[in-house]
Amino acid sequence: MAAKFPSDEWIKTLRDRLNASESYQRSAKDWEGDFVFVIEPDDAYPDRSYLLLELYHGSSPGASLLDPDNLPETEFTLKAPFSTWRKVIEGKLDPIQGMMTGQLKLKGNLMKIMRYPKAAQEIVSCCAEVPTDW
Amino acid sequence: MWYFVSPQIVFGENSLSYLDEIPISRALLVTDHNLVELGLVESISGQLANSGAEILIYDEVEPDPTLEAVEKGKRVALDFQPDWIIGLGGGSSLDAAKAIWVLYERPDLIPAGINPFIKLGLRKKSRLITIPTTSGTGAEATWAIVLTDPESKRKMGLGNRENAADLAIVDPALPAGMPPRLTADTGLDALTHAVEGYIGTWHTDLTDGLCLGAAQQVLRFLPEAYEASRADDPQQEKYLLAREKMHNAATCAGLGFGNSMASLAHAMGHVLGSVFHIPHGRAVGLCLPYTIEFAGLGEDSSRIASLTELLGVTGESSIPGENLAGALRNLAREIENPLSLSELGLDEVSFQEQLEKLVDDTFNDTQIITSPRAPSYQELERLFRCVYNGEQVDF
Repeated sequence: MAAKFPSDEWIKTLRDRLNASESYQRSAKDWEGDFVFVIEPDDAYPDRSYLLLELYHGSSPGASLLDPDNLPETEFTLKAPFSTWRKVIEGKLDPIQGMMTGQLKLKGNLMKIMRYPKAAQEIVSCCAEVPTDW
Repeated sequence: MWYFVSPQIVFGENSLSYLDEIPISRALLVTDHNLVELGLVESISGQLANSGAEILIYDEVEPDPTLEAVEKGKRVALDFQPDWIIGLGGGSSLDAAKAIWVLYERPDLIPAGINPFIKLGLRKKSRLITIPTTSGTGAEATWAIVLTDPESKRKMGLGNRENAADLAIVDPALPAGMPPRLTADTGLDALTHAVEGYIGTWHTDLTDGLCLGAAQQVLRFLPEAYEASRADDPQQEKYLLAREKMHNAATCAGLGFGNSMASLAHAMGHVLGSVFHIPHGRAVGLCLPYTIEFAGLGEDSSRIASLTELLGVTGESSIPGENLAGALRNLAREIENPLSLSELGLDEVSFQEQLEKLVDDTFNDTQIITSPRAPSYQELERLFRCVYNGEQVDF
């Protein structure tokens, strides 16, 4: 069954996909650093939502839709309007090109991400595998 | 939305004389020992000095420049305070010059911090000229900087659009004396840039023509340029033409892949270069036929098919990629380059010992993200085995 994006169910399904991915486990075996994905309002989506994806040594220990009034401190924040997220998740926008052109705004150590291109690619592949209701 | 970045390019016979038209007060010439010994550096620094410029030569760039080498260059630049930095040489010298320039302008940065996501604010103190003496890397035209971290034995893909040179001078007299192996290796590097810039997932309408044209030129003129490097009379007109065409093709390929990206053969070649010290062009050129075959067996092989057709490559196979890979192998044979790592002389024990690192590091090379077919770990390991054994890719 498709999960609504963004939602708690959607990000937890992504977490499960990542934890089932051998490629992700291997490519991110040294990775430490959680993400908050900020979905900003645009014509297609009226709200602002925050999704937490915890990432540690090749697995995702936790994932949740966050309460906007109680945001945790994370190493990385990736922010974009809803329609841009949709393009990334549907594989129409490479997230690294998105960051290079400012369509996705990253707060955090970019150099660290650039050392793990395969892991970044695996996360996007897993996103594309989540049956999504837009 | 995407970008196309290019320096001003002065090219063709006697283009080096354009240096006389640039108002230079203090120039830091970044180069290597070999070019000093060949007298090329003296010739260019003499030309600059005649125009009244004060010149300092930093000739400590080694092949595969390290983070330390550019840090040292930065200190030299900070002491000398040039208003122009001139990179002269192959890709190593040009990449080192770009990095030294950035660090001179932004001493607060470390080399590994030069990335495409930040605003550098360059050109407050100086500008950059790139002058290639080989026909292959295209580094004169790109903003990419490849540096090596000797501790982790990894090549680091760095750079920022701002650090593309202000001016590239592409004079065919400079590479005319390249010896045979350098001619062959750098020529294959240019071909790999052109092919990967065309088939990679970041290719654009603005880069396709440059990559295609460059690939055509290399296929046509590299054998003759190689012949020139072994000829008793390399000044024959046909040889000079081949050298010039190869020099221009390398710059066009640089503009092409520099604004799209290289791809899987580069990711694998970078790692082979770091681990086994195989010259860059030889390493990427060696991998290219295998990655073409692999991509040709993927779900979408349309780019391989269109490149094969536009290059006029024909053959008996109906599988996309096989005929193109065959043409690439024929070219490598013609210029006496090896077709496999075993043929290159790499012993099997060393290869097996490093195979896991080769695979892991390839996946962590930024060039892999544009591969037209993303390999799994198992597939990449098999691909490396094919490259080692010289076996055609059939998976």
